[in-house]
Amino acid sequence: MSPAPTDRERAGVVRIEQYRDRTGGTTSGSDAIAISAQHVTQRFEGSDRQHSVLALDDLSLEIREGEFLCLLGPSGCGKSTLLNIIGGMTKPTAGEVRIGGRALIGPAPREVAFVFQESTLFPWYTVIENFAVASEFQGRKSGWEERARGALRAVGMEGFAGHYPNQLSIGMRQRINLARALFLDTPILLMDEPFAALDEQTRMVLGEDLSVLLARTGKTIVFVTHSLAEAVFLADRVVVMTARPGRIKAVSAIDEPHPRSPDFMLTPRFSEMRNALFALLRDEIRHTVAEMREARDERAGSNPDV
Amino acid sequence: MSARDRTPMFESKSAAMRAVQVGFLGLLLGLWFIATSVTQVHRLLLPDPPQVWHEMQRLVVTGELWRAARVTLLTVGQAYGIAVASGLLIGFCVSRSRHAVRLLEPVLSGFFAIPLTLFFPLFILFFGIGTASKLAYGALYALLPVALASIAAFARIDPLLIRAAAAMGARPAALLHRVYLPAALPGVLSGMRIALVICIAAVLGGETLVSTAGVGYAIKVAEELMEVARMYAWLIFVVLASFALNMLLSMAERWSVEP
Repeated sequence: MSPAPTDRERAGVVRIEQYRDRTGGTTSGSDAIAISAQHVTQRFEGSDRQHSVLALDDLSLEIREGEFLCLLGPSGCGKSTLLNIIGGMTKPTAGEVRIGGRALIGPAPREVAFVFQESTLFPWYTVIENFAVASEFQGRKSGWEERARGALRAVGMEGFAGHYPNQLSIGMRQRINLARALFLDTPILLMDEPFAALDEQTRMVLGEDLSVLLARTGKTIVFVTHSLAEAVFLADRVVVMTARPGRIKAVSAIDEPHPRSPDFMLTPRFSEMRNALFALLRDEIRHTVAEMREARDERAGSNPDV
Repeated sequence: MSARDRTPMFESKSAAMRAVQVGFLGLLLGLWFIATSVTQVHRLLLPDPPQVWHEMQRLVVTGELWRAARVTLLTVGQAYGIAVASGLLIGFCVSRSRHAVRLLEPVLSGFFAIPLTLFFPLFILFFGIGTASKLAYGALYALLPVALASIAAFARIDPLLIRAAAAMGARPAALLHRVYLPAALPGVLSGMRIALVICIAAVLGGETLVSTAGVGYAIKVAEELMEVARMYAWLIFVVLASFALNMLLSMAERWSVEP
């Protein structure tokens, strides 16, 4: 994060104090469980037993209704796999996921909406046609256009309904992907590194907008990220995962009401929490890097030509 | 950026290109006039343009053009329809499995590399000398480029788009209609354009070899009767029709890629 004038920083601190006064320090609303993952294990079979990969190892996690939960971990730790299992897109090797108390057996388009790292707008349809198709897929045609325009307005993209996705910047496309996910009107939103392809500035602005937007909708959100700052800025709870096989290493609560102002990032508390997360994550990243190096050496050893 | 934004420049460029193309045709016509009036090319090899023009008018007026063209176009239409439908189906089915692609794609492109013209006698053996043999021959030959283009187009669809559609609850029919077909359309259309050229060539070629009707047959008869001017008239009609069809298809292709 770029340094800012100290008077702004001071103002930011004051503003955060005010927030805390108003909300009484509570961050997420209810205590009901929206998503419950029990003893989830995921093994990807390779060509033989030696090459099968244990991506997730007996992981259990409960996510409250209205909670913003970040999954943080080194690359390849199974964050995205866990997200796909929670969304019903991947069937776990063992264990189960319950959404609103019911066991998940496949995609749940009425309960769960996804936003991926890459835009998943269909390039052969205009923005508004993409919304029409989404509502057709979901099976909720009535009043779609009004809802679509509302969702586009919410992300500040109402002027681009007639554009094709490749006429827009990556940041604009990601806003529309977010709008489409909101438009699907599901209680749960799963986001797989939605800002990873964006430049730093766009990323910060979008993160800020997201915080404001989601504070209003009250959705339950699971957000996969690499970025410590993003996790601290957005989440109510950050789940730090271990290197492969993915387990939960630590869970830390970010006790800060939504919507969060960018000034939050300038507070000492923000830096402290970010540093604490980094300390948790550092060993796991070292572990992953060492493992990658080992695998590379092994390959080179068995295959001297390479 | 969008194609729309650069339309004016694009249009003036294509107008200039058109002018060059028309100029080229004019040049050919001029050379033809010179060859027949100044030089001593034998009339049997190259009849003069007015003679050919007269034959073209005659073919139109007597209805011969229409009768032959109807037979040929009908055969081409049927063969092409069969080729596109089965090529698309084969392409889609093969593209579903990576193993099938690795197994069958080389087989199909291998077949496509063989000059199937040499196998035409086999078609006559199996389907007789009527319409059926040239229909089967045209259909089989044109099927290959459609199938090859479809395999490539369907296999190259971004799997993330399919996952996103599945996450939104897309059923198979909607998935096919809204994702698979529009995603594959540009690739499939370029295969269809090649297939049309091949289909016309195969049917006309078949007609000149063994047939009792159609444009190819008419060309062969004109040649055998030494009616060279009439033969040229037929050839010009074929060239014009090919240009027109090709233009239509490239327009369709461009429309499918835009924006």
